[in-house]
Amino acid sequence: MNYLEFEKPLAEIEGKAEELRAMARSNSGMDVVKEAEALDRKAETALRDLYKTLTAWQKCQVARHPDRPHCRDYITQLFTEYTSLAGDRAFAEDEAVMGGIARFNDQPVLVIGHEKGNDTKTRIERNFGMARPEGYRKAIRLMDIADRFRLPVITLVDTPGAYPGKGAEERGQAEAIARSTEKCLSIGVPLISVVIGEGGSGGAVALASANRVAMLEHSVYSVISPEGCASILWKDAERMREAAEALRLTAQDLQNLGVIDRIVKEPLGGAQRAPKETIEAVGKAIEAMLKELSGKTPDALIRDRRQKFLDMGSKGLAA
Amino acid sequence: MNWISNYVRPKINSLFSRREVPENLWTKCPECGTMLFHRELASNLNVCSSCDHHMAISPRDRFKALFDLGIFTEVKVPDAVADPLHFRDQKRYPDRVKAAQKASGEKDAMLVVEGDVARTPIVAAAQDFSFMAGSMGMYVGNAIIAAAERAVQMRRPLVLFSASGGARMQEGMLSLMQMPRTTVAVQMLKEAKLPYIVVLTHPTTGGVTASYAMLGDIQIAEPNAQIGFAGARVIEQTIREKLPEGFQRAEYLLDHGMLDRVVHRKAMREELVTLIRMLMNLPPAVKGDLPAPAEAGPAPPPDAEAVTAVPEDSKA
Ligand SMILES: [Zn+2]
Repeated sequence: MNYLEFEKPLAEIEGKAEELRAMARSNSGMDVVKEAEALDRKAETALRDLYKTLTAWQKCQVARHPDRPHCRDYITQLFTEYTSLAGDRAFAEDEAVMGGIARFNDQPVLVIGHEKGNDTKTRIERNFGMARPEGYRKAIRLMDIADRFRLPVITLVDTPGAYPGKGAEERGQAEAIARSTEKCLSIGVPLISVVIGEGGSGGAVALASANRVAMLEHSVYSVISPEGCASILWKDAERMREAAEALRLTAQDLQNLGVIDRIVKEPLGGAQRAPKETIEAVGKAIEAMLKELSGKTPDALIRDRRQKFLDMGSKGLAA
Repeated sequence: MNWISNYVRPKINSLFSRREVPENLWTKCPECGTMLFHRELASNLNVCSSCDHHMAISPRDRFKALFDLGIFTEVKVPDAVADPLHFRDQKRYPDRVKAAQKASGEKDAMLVVEGDVARTPIVAAAQDFSFMAGSMGMYVGNAIIAAAERAVQMRRPLVLFSASGGARMQEGMLSLMQMPRTTVAVQMLKEAKLPYIVVLTHPTTGGVTASYAMLGDIQIAEPNAQIGFAGARVIEQTIREKLPEGFQRAEYLLDHGMLDRVVHRKAMREELVTLIRMLMNLPPAVKGDLPAPAEAGPAPPPDAEAVTAVPEDSKA
């Protein structure tokens, strides 16, 4: 278990319980069951207290937790016959964005998502989920396929942001993002997005300009990282706690602002503590959102999606 | 046929800018260091006469130099929700907006107008980098939608001059949502088959480049304008190497296939007219047949008579 900085008190309790059990295993005469159980209860209370009132910055940390389920885990658990499709047909295959045709509850769909990787090797392969222009151009190509063959599109958003690299700029990172957003707004099939971890700025919008957008309870979606915002507006990256609060980047704030449509509850202690359960809950949400959009004509889907974004910004937080 | 009889006085005469500048002001070119007399610099559209460096120009001054006789009419932009997040960093967001409004005399970072350029009717929008780094919040989103709707309503092309550091952080996700929102505005123009021409000016970066500023039918940039998605410093920190000379500059983007043209500010007007008239299937502009109306106010901008067109009402 990887503990976050704010989970330290919890780590101590769980560590002690673990120690007790280890001692009992190597020393069969010891009876520690009661003590260990008491510690477990204490740990659960601590966990409940911690997660009841996560600050915005704590949510950022949870959203970036290395043990949080990633796009690939969702695809494996929720979809069958997943057939990945690669390449932008112009320059390269970008593994920061994965996508393909699959079945969701037997229905053929197209699924696209950012994948961050799970260990050093895969993180490098996936470029930590930071897509280059090719990733967005692949997404555009896949959305075209979905549009032509009437496949609903499901996108899973989890990126720190689009990759800020030399080659990425030279090959038109901005243009690729703009075109991907434009494609999202043009396809005549249901488009559903779920922010499963980090929704990092333009790199997220490019896949999330959808009919319905859901967020996991402790995921975040922001115009800029709290660290970046703090270094610009506070002239001090260490003020990220204040920046995170001010940016209103939590699922709860964004639902109040009308930016997202739905929050998917996470298990106690966050998705990283119970990935299977989390993925299952996301699956239920996708099912429900697909149902809401079923039977709509291509024109209606495009019109509703555009209207939704045109209306965006007529509303602020209540005074 | 007397074209003057068809001439409609705009409701708002925008010749009176609130940005009055003292007569005897000198500006030092940040690029070559030459001291430039203000009047000379203004008549050169804020381009250094010594090294051709393109300095910032306010939307209003740009439009004065663009439209026939410097006359244009503002297109009304709906107000946006003020301070939707109750955002406060070291200052309160409303205070930052007020300070920028006071300094610029404008409501926000984008001005939308309509008028004739060499007798070619257009809608134009320009972003003001001096207004909170030209950042895109809900007002800028409203401005682009208003511009697109007006263009569609009047069946005119839209010319957009961009200049922005990106999304306005103080509006949080509502500013990020202006990316898809302004993209819908661009789609309105495309569906109406009206030209959308983007002129990228220094600097255009972040979420603005990654939305409406890169979706033009034709992408023009001013010389040496910085254009990109990520900031150069962030990129250097990420890749841990120094970026090449001219990286993210207009000419560099042109070389990499990201732009159609790089055009000098003084040639921009003629360039836009030529392109627009072809795209709108209008006859070519005819030079030098347009007399200035007698009641014209202050002196026309230097190039107001350089390009003129066949009057609309004399077309076959
Ligand atoms: Zn100079």
